[in-house]
Amino acid sequence: MLGRTDEVLSVSGLTKRFSTANSVLTRMLSGKNRRHVVHAVEDVTFSIGRGSTLALVGESGCGKSTIARCITGILAPTSGTIDFMGVDMGQAHSGRALRAHRRHLQMIFQDPYASLNPRWRVGRIIAEPIVTHRLLESRAKVEARIEDLLLLVGLSAQDAMRYPHQFSGGQRQRISIARALASEPDFIVCDEPTSALDVSVQAQILNLMRRLQERLGLTYLLISHNLAVVAHMAERIGVMYLGRIVEIGEAGTVLASPLHPYTRMLLDTLPDLEMRRRHRPPLKGDVPSPLAPPTGCAYHPRCPLANVRCTHERPQPINTGGVVVACHAVAEGRASQAAMLRTPPS
Amino acid sequence: MKSLLSVRRLRVEIPTRSATLVVVDDVSFEVAEGEILGVVGESGAGKSMTGIAIIGLLDPPARIAAGEIIFAGRRLDNLDAEAMRTLRGRQIGAVFQDPLTSLNPLLTIGHQLVQTMTTHLDISQREARQGAAALLAEVGVPAAAERLAAYPHELSGGMRQRVVVALAFCCNPKFVIADEPTTALDVSIQAQVMEMLRRISREHGTAIMLITHDMGVIAELADRVAVMYAGRIIEIGPTRAVLKSPSHPYTRALMASIPIIDRRAASLLQIEGSMPRPDAIPSGCAFHPRCPSRLARCNHDRPELAPVDGSLAACWLNAATRT
Repeated sequence: MLGRTDEVLSVSGLTKRFSTANSVLTRMLSGKNRRHVVHAVEDVTFSIGRGSTLALVGESGCGKSTIARCITGILAPTSGTIDFMGVDMGQAHSGRALRAHRRHLQMIFQDPYASLNPRWRVGRIIAEPIVTHRLLESRAKVEARIEDLLLLVGLSAQDAMRYPHQFSGGQRQRISIARALASEPDFIVCDEPTSALDVSVQAQILNLMRRLQERLGLTYLLISHNLAVVAHMAERIGVMYLGRIVEIGEAGTVLASPLHPYTRMLLDTLPDLEMRRRHRPPLKGDVPSPLAPPTGCAYHPRCPLANVRCTHERPQPINTGGVVVACHAVAEGRASQAAMLRTPPS
Repeated sequence: MKSLLSVRRLRVEIPTRSATLVVVDDVSFEVAEGEILGVVGESGAGKSMTGIAIIGLLDPPARIAAGEIIFAGRRLDNLDAEAMRTLRGRQIGAVFQDPLTSLNPLLTIGHQLVQTMTTHLDISQREARQGAAALLAEVGVPAAAERLAAYPHELSGGMRQRVVVALAFCCNPKFVIADEPTTALDVSIQAQVMEMLRRISREHGTAIMLITHDMGVIAELADRVAVMYAGRIIEIGPTRAVLKSPSHPYTRALMASIPIIDRRAASLLQIEGSMPRPDAIPSGCAFHPRCPSRLARCNHDRPELAPVDGSLAACWLNAATRT
């Protein structure tokens, strides 16, 4: 990444905390003035090169969707910078410049049943970004553009006159993609784009997303809990645990030789479609609450390699062979011995 | 192995104002004692409806229109509600997808377990409490005895699903229907719950009908698998045979459309279109409009399940290659 200027998005030290304080009245009546803080995202740094896909993967509550929401401006970050094509999206939520800039950034949501206005015809849904950003002046041009977009995502021109409820889940997700493409964005945040879909439909949408990326030179941030989907789509993968990126690097490297014990655990738990009946180490524990993250390395209560240092000292990210990983065991070389004990994948 | 559950030519219909929808159509299968039968399919395939029909929880106007369900030598499909109620819980347990909606939020988990056990078994409160604590420990709930006093909202999703499994198994039933038991869970928790289901089924000799859309879960747990499409079983056989050398084009396409980590393809195989809605099921073989290798007869002639390579598949292609 050194000296690489063609980065569409560069996130640095992003932190997002939510306060879950009780209401003023409850605090007065109970006499307790406790304010709980959810550490949703803590000190996250990454960048995405033009035309590539970075995937953020992790279990529920790890903060991956919060990152997506901060980048798209739905949430304001607590601290840190989000540099999107030269403009810090985290600051200044008003202003024409920012608004014009926003058209380069779009989002596809998980649930195609909730993210489309049921009272609008598909044509109006897709036209919304064009109208909002005043991209085309005449009605005829807008209509021609809607038709192009519908054909691009594999629907037909007549579909513009129909309502969302007349479409299946996969078709609705195509409509979401058409809407996202309407403002000719450079960058699309895809938050679990296929997890509400059946597998045969998931394959259609993933193929469509890859085709569009090649054709239009799009950059994707893919948020997913499904490692197989991520492996299929992304050049780079960031693995998140309890608000932090624990490992980030080139997808092939991370998946073939995972360094962080959490990444290894995620890969080990994948159901084995090839039915090789491979041996799996027994698992323990739940994801802790982000209200009270464990001290030191947040993964230490579940980690087979944890030692005393892990319980009180937070590991700093280190770069080993292009992969950035935050783990004492990796830094001290304890992890590689454990890796030897791991059964080879075939 | 001895057959425990036998479903014969089951047909479930939902009468509507305009038409009668057939959501389960001519479905037959057996579950042997202690066996895990997987039922897999995409949404709208009729897999959950089959499970709900077996435990007698179909919501009217949905009804069993034809066929027989025989459990341990007894007809279930014409049993009255009271007799079915005593059978459910005691002989047949159920685990559903969302653990939060299958537990009563107002009662402690100990209360729910004890109530279920004292209703169905001839034991005292005290024995039931001990049994409940032992069972919770068995499904992997730490500090089980203390957790009896916890309410469902105090537990994490994975812990709640363990409690639901404990409830399904608490009267030591012969048969459990598990409908998407791991779908709402994170991958690491899913792996733990799958492992636990497998262990409990082996140790108690309980047969499980595992309903899921996830081929990975099937590969991990099921002894045999039935693949459903548009209300019918289109392929059924030993899991390994069906998953590794599928005989029906739908199963084959389904397997190829699943992304796999160490097999990064340029693009995934995609099946055009989607599952037909129950009011518009195509004639002949319901899969023919999406089938890449359909024959002329497929659009009017419906194929029946026939033996191919150790499993059964409903496809004219297999008949064509045989003759």
